[in-house]
Amino acid sequence: MRGVEGTVGLARLALRRDRVRLPLWLVGVAGVTYGSGAAMGTTFPTQSAIDAYAASVASSPAVVAMSGPPIALDTLPGIVLNKIELVTVVGVCVMAALTVVRHSRAEEEAGRTELLRSGEVGRHAGGLAALLVAGGASVLLGLVVALGLVGAAVPGRSALLYGAGTAGLGVVVAAATLCLAQLFVHARAATGAALALVGVAYVLRAAGDVRGDALVWLSPVGWSQATHVLGAERWWPLLVCLGAAIALAWLAFRLSGVRDVGAGLVAPRPGAPVGGRLMSSAFGLAVRQQRGAVVAWAVGVLALAVAEGSLADVVQSLARDNPTLEKYLNATGQGSLVDAYLSTILLVLGLLTAAFAVSATARLRAEETSDRLEALLATGLSRSRWLFSGLAVVGLGAVLVLLLGGLGLGLSYAVATGDGGAVLRLPVEVLVYLPAVLALVALAVLVLGWRPSWGGVPWAALGLCFVLGWLGSLLGLPSWVLEVSPFGAAPLLPLQPMQWTGPVLTALVAVLLAGVGWLGLLRRDIR
Amino acid sequence: MTRVIEARGLVKTFGRTVALDGLDLHVAAGEVHGFLGPNGSGKSTTIRVLLGLLRPDAGQVRLLDGDPWRDAATLHRRLAYVPGDVSLWPNLSGGEVIDLLGRLRGGLDQGRRTDLLERFDLDPAKKCRSYSKGNRQKVALVAALASDVELLLLDEPTSGLDPLMEAVFEDCIRTASGAGRTVLLSSHILSEVEALCDRVSIIRAGRTVQSGTLSELRHLTRTRVVAETADPADSLAGVAGVANLRRHDGRVSFDVDTDHLDDALRHLVGLGVRSLVSHPPTLEELFLRQYGDVVPASNGGPG
Repeated sequence: MRGVEGTVGLARLALRRDRVRLPLWLVGVAGVTYGSGAAMGTTFPTQSAIDAYAASVASSPAVVAMSGPPIALDTLPGIVLNKIELVTVVGVCVMAALTVVRHSRAEEEAGRTELLRSGEVGRHAGGLAALLVAGGASVLLGLVVALGLVGAAVPGRSALLYGAGTAGLGVVVAAATLCLAQLFVHARAATGAALALVGVAYVLRAAGDVRGDALVWLSPVGWSQATHVLGAERWWPLLVCLGAAIALAWLAFRLSGVRDVGAGLVAPRPGAPVGGRLMSSAFGLAVRQQRGAVVAWAVGVLALAVAEGSLADVVQSLARDNPTLEKYLNATGQGSLVDAYLSTILLVLGLLTAAFAVSATARLRAEETSDRLEALLATGLSRSRWLFSGLAVVGLGAVLVLLLGGLGLGLSYAVATGDGGAVLRLPVEVLVYLPAVLALVALAVLVLGWRPSWGGVPWAALGLCFVLGWLGSLLGLPSWVLEVSPFGAAPLLPLQPMQWTGPVLTALVAVLLAGVGWLGLLRRDIR
Repeated sequence: MTRVIEARGLVKTFGRTVALDGLDLHVAAGEVHGFLGPNGSGKSTTIRVLLGLLRPDAGQVRLLDGDPWRDAATLHRRLAYVPGDVSLWPNLSGGEVIDLLGRLRGGLDQGRRTDLLERFDLDPAKKCRSYSKGNRQKVALVAALASDVELLLLDEPTSGLDPLMEAVFEDCIRTASGAGRTVLLSSHILSEVEALCDRVSIIRAGRTVQSGTLSELRHLTRTRVVAETADPADSLAGVAGVANLRRHDGRVSFDVDTDHLDDALRHLVGLGVRSLVSHPPTLEELFLRQYGDVVPASNGGPG
């Protein structure tokens, strides 16, 4: 193939730049895999405990929708794989997408590709190098996940197949992301589109699995799960992943072959020659800068919520068909099956909104590192006004994303079950996570004020919230550890009754953190 | 108030790097003040201190009779700033950025905005993403020059402009100066400073090494003389203050300290002058002398 000169050098450059980042991903995901596997042994000490779990919670639609088809759930390894599925899928997909964009479109947007391409570097070298690094990292991730599983008593062959499925998914996502990186001029837009694609793939698989139809085959996540680890143990779905990855990579290189360096495939439109009303305040500027992201996240979360809500009738019919299960769940204090399902979805909506809020807050720091903040603060704009204008937009955006998620869930749930009250009830209930979302934003403000170069801290905290919220009870951690997570401090509505202490305390901590961060910003140098 | 900028003994360190090491800067109201120094000498750091973006570790600084750190936002309504490396919002158009910056500063003169866009030949409808470095600089310049402010802080404002646009820029600065505005022009384009500035401060490694009017500074340096004489001019070597004496084809060239110019010329006349060219010291030479020679420590401090 022509146009790939210099690929090796660029791949080495990418590895050099990612020498901390990628190992952290690998260690993080492998650690969660091994940790939850090891903890599972203490959670389910006897076969009878495993059987009870298999008979009750394991085959519920919420678990199927979130984790995948129920296979070998009457064994400890089966439960382990089922529990870690969401973490490994999200882990490998996000890692692959971020890595590809970071080394393709982000480089191009920054103008560095232009400099490199003036040397002996082919047209496709940058894309191919990004693909090789992201694909290689996915394979390594699959390998360390397999090792972690072997450590958690999963048979070697099954662990390897599971790791291979994870790696295959990562490679497909990397190739698809490279296609998207050709379409969009902005790295942020390309990342957003790639993550949205992962979300769509997850929802398609969830819907296909719950309904038990062929919808799963439209989703790369479905392909990797079609390996049926611990069940039929099929290796051929890996070929589907590989074939799709090759086809997508070919498409990406065709697309990059027909465009200019730095350009997208959508022609840029001219802007307004005169600033409109938004262009007269810091708040207006923040609205202008964030509105695209707010709309994208709101639409994505709304779509996810509608999809999950529409599965509620399946959940309800399952409860009708199996009154003893429902009675068992109620008796053991686990509430009704439908409530358990809804509370899981509401928690996911909360976590997604937090991801939006953290990424939106990170833009404040990006304004500074790009020197645009300097230009703003050289006008009559004060630091406080700049900060609070930005935070107001982040807060309003978060409320909008949360409410739309709750409304989407409520609407489609109401349509599916005929329970009209849910249309108003669920949007209110999802707000229980607003203090948790704001606490993460406040943490980002604290970092911005005192240690602006530690921008990764809020993201790490978000990852921790995700892991604790999803696996916390499973890891056998004491309850106070779980409640350290602002999400753990909120009651699981509608499964648990409302209690105010946790959310109110979280909100107070958020105000405190943001206040201290604000003072830091007032004191420090703007660099 | 006569002093618009008054900085004494500014010190600023970043980790182990000393960016400012006792810098002094005095700019009087209404003057165009050149701020000269090589890359990394502390020009931008000084301007950021003046903008209240950085807090000095030591020293006093007053700007427009206020404290640039404490009163930042209030003072900024009375000044406009053009950074050396202009970074803009890629998804906004140039016109939107001009209006944004102008309105945040308290409004701008629409007539002048239109006029400046035309003179700088800038298309305000283009997205900032597609602007070249020079065009991004024009956006910042138009936003600054169209504002009704008392002080212009310009950090190497012409580094991306072509010579035609530099001429437009010089013209705009003269107009601004004529309207009574004070200008601090940081630059290493010496001809620009020479053409525009009433007074200059030269800094090096975070210290002010020279400060004064151009004629005062010229006094410190040498005039270059090229002459054709009837008699051989070897005897010139003995005249005080003459250096770099060279002869070829009956022509003689030498540098002479400005203080001894009179003696040298008197001696030259005795030799029978047939032609004479003399250059006043250019800022270039002044600059080279500051940085090419070892600067005596006692030279520090304001003029």
